[in-house]
Amino acid sequence: MAAAAPAIEVLDLAKSFGEARALDGVSVSIGENEFFTLLGPSGCGKTTLLRMIAGFDFPDAGEIRLHGRDIAGQPPFARPVNTVFQNYALFPHMTVAQNIGFGLEMQGKRHTEIAARVDAMLALVRMEALRERRTSQLSGGQQQRVALARALAPQPRVLLLDEPLSALDLKLRKEMQGELKRLQLETGITFIFVTHDQEEALTMSDRVAVMSGGRILQVGTPREIYDSPRDRFVADFIGEANFLAGEIAGIEGQHARVRLAAGGTVEAGLPAGLAPNGRATVFVRPEHAELRADGGDFRGKLDRVVYFGTDTHLHIRLADGSDFVLRQQNSPGGHFGLDPGAEVAVAFKPGAARVLRD
Amino acid sequence: MARPHSVRHQRGFTFVALLCFFLLYLPMATMVVFAFNAGNTLGDLDGFSLRWFRAAWQNDQIVEALLRSLTVAPVAACLATVAATMAALATTRTTPYRGLAAKVAFLNQPLVVPEIVTAVALLVVFARIKVWTGYTGLGYLIAAHTAFCIPFAYLPIRARLETMDLSLERAAADLYARPWAVFRWITLPLLWPGILAGFMLAFVVSLDDVVITEFIKSAGQETLPTYMLGQLRRNVTPEMNAISTVFLAISVAVVSLFFLLNRKKT
Repeated sequence: MAAAAPAIEVLDLAKSFGEARALDGVSVSIGENEFFTLLGPSGCGKTTLLRMIAGFDFPDAGEIRLHGRDIAGQPPFARPVNTVFQNYALFPHMTVAQNIGFGLEMQGKRHTEIAARVDAMLALVRMEALRERRTSQLSGGQQQRVALARALAPQPRVLLLDEPLSALDLKLRKEMQGELKRLQLETGITFIFVTHDQEEALTMSDRVAVMSGGRILQVGTPREIYDSPRDRFVADFIGEANFLAGEIAGIEGQHARVRLAAGGTVEAGLPAGLAPNGRATVFVRPEHAELRADGGDFRGKLDRVVYFGTDTHLHIRLADGSDFVLRQQNSPGGHFGLDPGAEVAVAFKPGAARVLRD
Repeated sequence: MARPHSVRHQRGFTFVALLCFFLLYLPMATMVVFAFNAGNTLGDLDGFSLRWFRAAWQNDQIVEALLRSLTVAPVAACLATVAATMAALATTRTTPYRGLAAKVAFLNQPLVVPEIVTAVALLVVFARIKVWTGYTGLGYLIAAHTAFCIPFAYLPIRARLETMDLSLERAAADLYARPWAVFRWITLPLLWPGILAGFMLAFVVSLDDVVITEFIKSAGQETLPTYMLGQLRRNVTPEMNAISTVFLAISVAVVSLFFLLNRKKT
């Protein structure tokens, strides 16, 4: 995936707005043809980073390299990078075709070439019929497609997408997720996608960078981020997670034996470079644990059973007073046999438990 | 569409609305009717005639004053609109800084300082300049009108700019438009209704001005309003009504033109 020369290389980027540090030494390398997602809660710096790659804002320190060339100081019109805005920012006084052709027009392309390219873009986003419409006559999904076509028309090296799906309703959002992925594969352009929606990040991205407080906490494939988060913030922000307090009992290679405060001792994976001793937090996803008739890693008392359609959530009260959530896949006609108050044993699936950096 | 809380359903709404319209337009209607009076007085209606329009048209002083008004107003309105557009861009397309509010207040000075004060001030300064340069042309009137028209042009333009989505300009820059191209293809077309409104306001305000013009005009430089004011000291004939009616027609024409232009744009 990551080719020889990265499309975008961000080196030690820093930016403050007054007292607030929006970016605090961010470095990341984004490969050619990659669908790369910046994920984080609002205020984490993801939009600031995107704006700096676009050229709407300039860093206090650091470099942004596009194919090896530093562009951090260039104005937006000089960068072969285009943006899809959160509110689409379509030009209301132009038709759909004029919107899509604007970038080419500004590049001084010939009119025949512009017309051909606009047609190709309209076909790409399946909007041929609406060529001469005013943008105010379009629905949200159609505006989204025009915004995409407009940004893709000049064939940028990198496409920046600033929460482009957040204004759409759920059904349309799902549809556009697939559409975006298809466009990225068809055009072969590097996409940098900003979102606070972890599901969007997991389903569309080749790699995800999780950001918080102006820093990148972890970069990895959706599976790496989900299965092997390095710290508590990442584990908590993406999906649901159980955190169990414990004490390190021993370390063997990449594994640690942890004595849980709730009783029982479990085997947990260690993130690379982490060698804790004393107290530690063990993390496990709700669907990575299962109920056992007897034995198991630890025991607890069933507190609540919540039916969710595809699965059932079991809330288990542990000996140290903490809560543990376990998810069970539902099968047709089946019903859950235990009542609240029942004593249950819980076992982790192999490789499920990991020690976290706090 | 049923609008349960519409003010229309308020008891007496129609009566009050009609009363307001009546009070606004009755005097103007009376004036227009008397402009077509065949008689010699402003008091009695003696049949229909165009004689007072003819009389006004044949009065060289009136025609000259009208032409002067129609020279000063468009030129001053144009200059004021250009200046106001630049001022509006400079005061909205910037991150707020200390002194910005003061700048806007200075710009709007003609709205808050009594016109008579400005008139006296301009008289003093222009009298000096006239002595130094010997120039006594229309330039003084145009300069003064431009200055007091700026805030009238500024307000609608600024209002339009403030509701304009900044990301549109950003999107254009992102799509390889240099700053001038962004202004030409995005800002200006979207701002156009505001600019037209500003121009129209400035035009009407200039056309109507008496106080400043009266103070600073050189000998014989009557505009239509100052000419009419001068006539009040002699005998008032229905000729005044005829001139005012023409004046009214010009204002209505300018406003209508503005609406037509605006409708086409959006």
